[in-house]
Amino acid sequence: MALLEVENIRTYFYTLRGVVKAVDGVSFKLEKGETLGIVGESGCGKSTLAWSLLRLVPPPGRIVGGQIRIDGKDIVAMSESEVRREIRWKRISMIFQGAMNALNPVYTVGDQIIEPLLLHTNMTKHEALERARELIEAVGLAPSILERYPHELSGGQKQRVVIAMALALKPDIVIADEPTTALDVVVQAQILNLMKKLHQEEKMSIILITHDLGVVTELSEKIAVMYAGKIVEFGSAEEIFENPLHPYTKALIRAVPRLKGDIHKLEYIPGTPPDLRSPPPGCRFAPRCPRRFEPCDKEEPPIIEYSKGHYVACWLYSKR
Amino acid sequence: MSHAYRVELGEEILRVQDLKVWFPIKRDITDILLRKPQLYVHAVDGVSFNIRKREIFCLVGESGCGKTTTGKALLRLVPVHSGKAFFKPRKETLEILDAMGVKSENGFVELFELKDSQFRPLRREIQMIYQDPYGSLNPRFRIKDVLEEVLLVHKIGSTKEERLEIIAKALEMVKLTPVEEFIDRYPHQLSGGQRQRVAIARAIIGNPSLIIADEPVSMLDVSIRAEILEVLLNLRTMLDVSFIFITHDLAVARYICDRIAVMYLGKIVELGDAREVIADPLHPYTEALIAAIPDPDPANRLKFRDLKIKGEVPNAVFVPPGCRFHPRCIYYEQHKETDKELEQLCPIVEPPLSEVKPGRYVSCHRYPSIREIVKSGLSTKNKQE
Repeated sequence: MALLEVENIRTYFYTLRGVVKAVDGVSFKLEKGETLGIVGESGCGKSTLAWSLLRLVPPPGRIVGGQIRIDGKDIVAMSESEVRREIRWKRISMIFQGAMNALNPVYTVGDQIIEPLLLHTNMTKHEALERARELIEAVGLAPSILERYPHELSGGQKQRVVIAMALALKPDIVIADEPTTALDVVVQAQILNLMKKLHQEEKMSIILITHDLGVVTELSEKIAVMYAGKIVEFGSAEEIFENPLHPYTKALIRAVPRLKGDIHKLEYIPGTPPDLRSPPPGCRFAPRCPRRFEPCDKEEPPIIEYSKGHYVACWLYSKR
Repeated sequence: MSHAYRVELGEEILRVQDLKVWFPIKRDITDILLRKPQLYVHAVDGVSFNIRKREIFCLVGESGCGKTTTGKALLRLVPVHSGKAFFKPRKETLEILDAMGVKSENGFVELFELKDSQFRPLRREIQMIYQDPYGSLNPRFRIKDVLEEVLLVHKIGSTKEERLEIIAKALEMVKLTPVEEFIDRYPHQLSGGQRQRVAIARAIIGNPSLIIADEPVSMLDVSIRAEILEVLLNLRTMLDVSFIFITHDLAVARYICDRIAVMYLGKIVELGDAREVIADPLHPYTEALIAAIPDPDPANRLKFRDLKIKGEVPNAVFVPPGCRFHPRCIYYEQHKETDKELEQLCPIVEPPLSEVKPGRYVSCHRYPSIREIVKSGLSTKNKQE
């Protein structure tokens, strides 16, 4: 049994203007110690998926169906208090997007790191501070940071603090939602190095959510490509980059300018992603797809295992 | 394969010399009573470059390095501390300026000595595209109003029909077609990519000769980025326009630019052909920057990234003496023991930006030719004393 099994999860937002199907039937598995990257463009539902895994979907959104099983226990069916006590932060924690805003400006860094320790464990304040010091050192900061306030720290330092917080209770799974967006490349590389190190040392599973194809390869063994609320392709990082199947994945890879090699003319995907209140009836990528043919507009393609461990949802590869 | 988009460059149209933009830090009453000196944020601290017709010139660097401020200074949107910028406007504009009594030399006018009223005609010539297409368009203006505004301000087109004609042409150039479908829409009815194309149309509608594009694609999704870059690339031959392209993304810079200038803490540390600089960086900072960028390659996860830089960017108020990069420089740290001269130079003397290979300018004491310049400068100074 895999550590995390997500099955057909659906998270909808009930807005005044209609139901936005932000995540619409996503399934995947994550083994212990594995790193999974979820890539997609803005509005594809990757952040909503992350919120769903923590049962933290902000209203008017809610999980309307599916299962999220950690060690076989479905957290969608659990009560809120049970999730809070047993799951959140303990089993699965999150490194939030925009570390700048994830910290409370009126508390010192130390107070914020020990908060989950005091709530979830029997530690005394003294022990908790001791653990906080270890954590801060593990993320490469000086312990004196604990007495500082967030505004006294640089962006990179804040991001490290947020990572330390996510690790506080030694969770099995850490979700990192755009952990390096808004950071400069040098700081970004430092943070990614840190996450690699933590992954190797702590053997934790990481779900990395990003729009940046460069960042995703820095950490992910497996990659899921999301488009309009669905996973369209899933496989090992090597398979996804060297042998992409879905036309969307192919186009995405060819749209990124590279630092090395020949300069090819970049390709782009014409059009815009669909409105998730009323997605197209067939394949959601069909209106923008260069290889669209007869079944694409009528029926949604099922996700199939094309080769071992490489899944794709596209009519080009499935028999009807 | 050569660059798909390389074009023949024309004559020089802009020459910036030792541009400085310093922002004064507010002093409170105690500072004044205690006679503390006025402190400045050295946002741009002595930048020189030139741009040719049809060239796409990139300013790259991390946040806070002064790349955006450099662009804004050329439009006189921020107060300039010192320095000069000579700009060659089109003939028609030059005639207007002549009539206003503006001095010009070989067709070049100096931008910073003009009065505000004299600068007005030049605003048509130098245009800006901003990063955020959600913030740069007035939400209450239809697309045609956004574009017509420019025409009205610069008195282009005498009748409404004539102006609509010009608007339609501009929208076609940025491939926002069919024009009729977009012209009556409001910005909120457009996607990010479409909005950015409206912003580009607004910049080109007055037929400018220089466009300052400040991170025009960073807020857009990857799949539409390429489309916007292509629009920009096509414009330069269609309109004979030059670009200052400000970006933090070196891969984008390599794709679109002819030359790039790498900025660090208000100064250009390296300048040269875009592909050459990225393939073979000469300044330790450029090297570190390039080494830090994750290129999409699944093999990357198996290795740690070797960061050739230490510490963090210092405060732009107290700029390190000597070479401003030396406190973070790995080359300096590794070689100061063996190369005693470095210890005399890096922390004390600011290296000049100078040509070390054909077309490649660097400001680093690592290169003997730069040391020569510094030494000859020092000896003449000693003689004078």
